[in-house]
Amino acid sequence: MAEPAAIIGFGQTKHAKARADLSMPGLCREAATRALEDAGLDWKDIDAVVIGKAPDAFEGVMQPELFLADALGSAGKPMIRVHTAGSVGGSTVIVAAHLVEAGIHARVLAVAWEKQSEGNAQWGLAGGRSGGIGAGGAFAPFIRSYIERTNAPEYIGWQVAVKDRLNALKNPYAHLRLPDISLEKVKESPMLWDPIHFLESCPSSDGAAAVVIGNADEARKAPRPPAWIIASAVRSEPTQFPGRDAVRPQAGVDCAHDLYRQAGITNPAQEIDAAELYVPFSWYEPMWLEGHDIAGPGEGWKMVDRGDTELTGSFPVNPSGGVLSSNPIGASGMLRLAEAANQVRGQAGEHQVEGARIALGQAYGGNAQYFSMAIFSSTLP
Amino acid sequence: MAPVDVALIGWAQTPSVARASIAEPQLCMQANLAAVAKAGIERKDIGFTCSGSCDYLTGGPFAFVQNLDAAGAWPPIAESHVEMDGAWALYEAWTRLQLGDIDVALVYGSGKSSPSDPVQLYPQQLDPYYLAPLGLDPASIGALQARALLDSGRASEDQFAEVAARSRRSARSNPNAHVRGDEDAADLAKADYVRAPLRAHDIAPVSDGAAAIVLATAERARGLVERPVLIRGIEHRLEIHQPGMRDLTRSPSTAAAAQGAGLGGGRVDVAELCALFSPQELILRDALGLDDSVDVNPSGGPLTANPVMATGLVRIIEAAQRIADGTAGRALAHATNGQGLQHNLVAILEGVS
Repeated sequence: MAEPAAIIGFGQTKHAKARADLSMPGLCREAATRALEDAGLDWKDIDAVVIGKAPDAFEGVMQPELFLADALGSAGKPMIRVHTAGSVGGSTVIVAAHLVEAGIHARVLAVAWEKQSEGNAQWGLAGGRSGGIGAGGAFAPFIRSYIERTNAPEYIGWQVAVKDRLNALKNPYAHLRLPDISLEKVKESPMLWDPIHFLESCPSSDGAAAVVIGNADEARKAPRPPAWIIASAVRSEPTQFPGRDAVRPQAGVDCAHDLYRQAGITNPAQEIDAAELYVPFSWYEPMWLEGHDIAGPGEGWKMVDRGDTELTGSFPVNPSGGVLSSNPIGASGMLRLAEAANQVRGQAGEHQVEGARIALGQAYGGNAQYFSMAIFSSTLP
Repeated sequence: MAPVDVALIGWAQTPSVARASIAEPQLCMQANLAAVAKAGIERKDIGFTCSGSCDYLTGGPFAFVQNLDAAGAWPPIAESHVEMDGAWALYEAWTRLQLGDIDVALVYGSGKSSPSDPVQLYPQQLDPYYLAPLGLDPASIGALQARALLDSGRASEDQFAEVAARSRRSARSNPNAHVRGDEDAADLAKADYVRAPLRAHDIAPVSDGAAAIVLATAERARGLVERPVLIRGIEHRLEIHQPGMRDLTRSPSTAAAAQGAGLGGGRVDVAELCALFSPQELILRDALGLDDSVDVNPSGGPLTANPVMATGLVRIIEAAQRIADGTAGRALAHATNGQGLQHNLVAILEGVS
């Protein structure tokens, strides 16, 4: 049976519109070096490297992990490159965790990254064609459908946009810093894809994230508290077919239920202390609260409205500022899982949720069809 | 933790062709359905699915998303994808089966290279700062490697031709082969260079195709198929990228992967090597310590069928097939990723005694 595994180190870059000061290897190395330092390990201590990123067309380098071998110390070691669309950062953590849980390796470095300033993400998201609708264009109809289904007031999306940007002010690595954000400003910002305003959308970032995953021995030796991976799951479903519910994708429901079963969780809203959910457009916060059965049908937006998902609320969501504040696409999913892990490690700094012991990290991708999720615990059951 | 024994219980590949008339998901569908049927399972028995492909071959970001349609992802499935040859998807699925909570996995690899031009495409796979501007295509790097091998005095152009001639003859009995031939090595060696010192027959064709394998824990496999093929070991290693920084005439990553996979545990009867250029077969034989008694690439190998992103997975299939049909008791399969043998995987397969 599987051996226990834990995140024992986490590092990330300062995310920005363009990290013109760094090459692609330099960007990955900044995150990886910080993860190794956090874990108290050196490059030579790493047994294998798992690398994740979204489409190679974003930077214009085919299978860039091949040339990153030198910078990431993976020469002479096993290396795996994962690509599961927007969920890839989460999948990368899970693939790395499996290598430890299977007893194959003791210490695995997982790195996820995107340097979007190298290319044109809008072109990439359009499948390499011009005139694409982008991710916002793809998701806006699902959001509109959610609003119609639940009669959610228009301002719910603005609330999420403000909350995540205020949280980001407590995260020194966040890309966007908008200290004067307000409901009024979100409302007045240009409409990009109805009902998504400019300030309800994620930025396009350069950035990388890295985690070191260790087995039980490594976790006990680590200089800082480990985040035990007590559950992990992935699910995928087809892009589209008649009868598919794109607002509440079955893959997301199944993935969450698999996760709760593994973690022994029966009431996620009460038993989970903090969550990092992949929210690239504000409305996805209530949509995933319902889509993962944390809230009942039509209850997700009420959690937002009550302030439950604020940093000091009963179910804090995206204390780090989330994807709405930093979005290096390939790394965004890893940031969700690693930020959740940092909460149970007590290492989240200013955006620490007081007393967090159980945290959820979630990533999704494609046409809201790929899911990768994990639950972390401060203790091993 | 004792490793979980994993077996190959069904496999299939589409014929390798210069230009498939159907789309990549349809190629995957053909391979997947045939492999699942051969394994004697139903789709719902599959606990994990993993695929390998490359966006750049098709020329569209998220190209792999369409291939999901070939995996039967409804109801939703536990699934992952590597931007690598399907052999690495098999490695990920093998790892997943080690966790003990599932007992069947589906793996597939696919590539439809025909819409793109390899000469334009592959320079983009190299270091974008120092190498991509040089415009080196795979055959150019293969030629540098071949030249280095000739200069080392360990091989001759005649030996390259002998590898090619033998591969093309072997391919005559492979219904999936893309090219076949019955020329003498001496005749092949008279051809003009394409990239000196490589001639056309020294260079793998670029094929469209897909391949799939169903894996099961050995325990589950026993109830499903008569002659499951066990994976005795599987490992892989990466080398540094810059061709100028490594000895292109050696493949230490292949040697290390083979050692880790347990090659030292006994002689192999058959080796299916992912040699994309005839000199690479000589380099790989050397790294693996294979003598002339080992039957290398009885399928004809990549020089006669090269469905990019499935070519490594096909090596595993061809090696398993030799065990299943009783012509080999122990076999080695090798896969490669990147240029000039930068990243190599070795699997050791055995029949169940």
